[in-house]
Parts: sequence; structure tokens; C-alpha cells
Amino acid sequence: MGITVNDKEYEFVKNETVSDLLQRLQFRFPLIIVRINGEFIPRKSYAETVVPKNATISVIHMISGG
Amino acid sequence: MNIEEQHRLSTRLKNACVGIAGVGGLGSNAAISLIRAGVGSLVLVDHDTVEESNLNRQYYFTDQIGIKKVVALKENILRINPLASLDIHCEKLKPGAMTSYFKDVDVIIEALDNAIVKIQFIEEVLEMLPEKIIIAASGVAGYGHSDRICTRRVGNLFVCYDENARSSDEDVLMAPKVCLMANWQANLALEVLLGEK
Repeated sequence: MGITVNDKEYEFVKNETVSDLLQRLQFRFPLIIVRINGEFIPRKSYAETVVPKNATISVIHMISGG
Repeated sequence: MNIEEQHRLSTRLKNACVGIAGVGGLGSNAAISLIRAGVGSLVLVDHDTVEESNLNRQYYFTDQIGIKKVVALKENILRINPLASLDIHCEKLKPGAMTSYFKDVDVIIEALDNAIVKIQFIEEVLEMLPEKIIIAASGVAGYGHSDRICTRRVGNLFVCYDENARSSDEDVLMAPKVCLMANWQANLALEVLLGEK
């Protein structure tokens, strides 16, 4: 089993942080909201939060305009 | 619809309070729709003043140029429903205290323009008011492609989302798409307040 990001399956990488994952999946947008297994991950924790096996991850990017 | 059900819905909405952060293109149009739908109370927060360039998409009029947006919007809302309860705050949301006006509302609508401020606000709501439902919007710039818009729900955060839109720095802001997303947010707020149908 891997991980699921925005409903797509990806390979699980041991000890991968949220920062590493975003880099691996080439999320270029700097302004994003990340939730792992329903839990909101603040941006300041991306570098130390490790992505668990079988995680379900949502990444939403915020675009200016309102 | 039978009268009892209609009464139940209108009573629920009359007693509901929606908080709106930012009353530009998204917030002013969402507020008007919610009031027309029968929502009884709104908390409106924005520090801006109505400018001529806003009139292509925001719910203001030429004779309101130069007036604070929350004051102008209150005027416009009261012309639709003089009994609406409006708690207006002409203030800039300050990081660290962004949620202070929204503690007692039933639903929060994020209607800010700048992506950095949007994220700060959403993060603060998710951290400080974890039980609260927040409805955000992302990707309001441009025209056409209405069918790209969708709702993304992640826990208590709903996002009215056009993933492929460009930012407002690179694309135009025009009434049809902005109002579409503002009303999408208002419609989601009704869904939250009344329960799914």
C-alpha cells in the first residue's frame, strides 16, 4: 500500500516529510493547505511532519482573487 | 413544498448568523444572496473603501465610492431586508487575532483577496476554532470554464475551487465568475445551515 494524495495513489517513502512529499510531487504552488488523514498540518510543520503509511492526503492551493 | 417545511427552513435561516471575512467581490455578493435567502444575521469584516474599479463585480453603486465597504454593504442589505441584524467591523484582520469576530457565528465565509492572507485566515480558523465550518474560495479570476468549479471538502474546510484558474495578478476579475463563486459559497453556507438535501 502507498499513500493517496488528492484521490491519486502514490508510492510510500519511509521517513518522508510533508516538505519532501510536496517536492516529490512537484507541487509548485507555494500557498497551500495540507491535511493528512483529516488532520490539518500547519505550514510551519511541513519540514518535521512525517507522512505515515497508507495516509490520505489533501492538498489545496489558494489562488489570489476575491 | 409544504408550509411546515418552509417555515422550518425560514426559521432556521432567520436565527442563523454567517460571518464573512472580506466584503469585496466574493463577500459582498455572498452577503446579498444570503440575505435574500433569509439569513437573519451577518458579521461583516473589511477595512477597505469602495472604489470605482470595484463596481465591475462588487455589490456597490457609484454614489458609494469613497465609503467604507462594510458601511455601504449594510446600506444595501437594509434596502433588501430592513430587519437584518448586521454586525460590521471596519478593520484589517491582524494575524494572531483574525478569528476574534467570528467566535459566535454558525458558519464562516472566507472572502479575502490575497492568497497569503487567505491561507493565514484559514489556518487560524482551523487552529483556533476547530469546530467551526469555514467556506473558502480559490481561483475566482478569469472568465468562462464554469464547469471547472467544484467543491473540495477537507474536514470542516469547504473550498469553492477552480484548480486551473490563474491568480488575480495574472488574470481579470469579472462579475460572472466572481459572482458564481460567491453564490457557490453562499449556497454551501445554506447547505451547512439547513443540512444536506
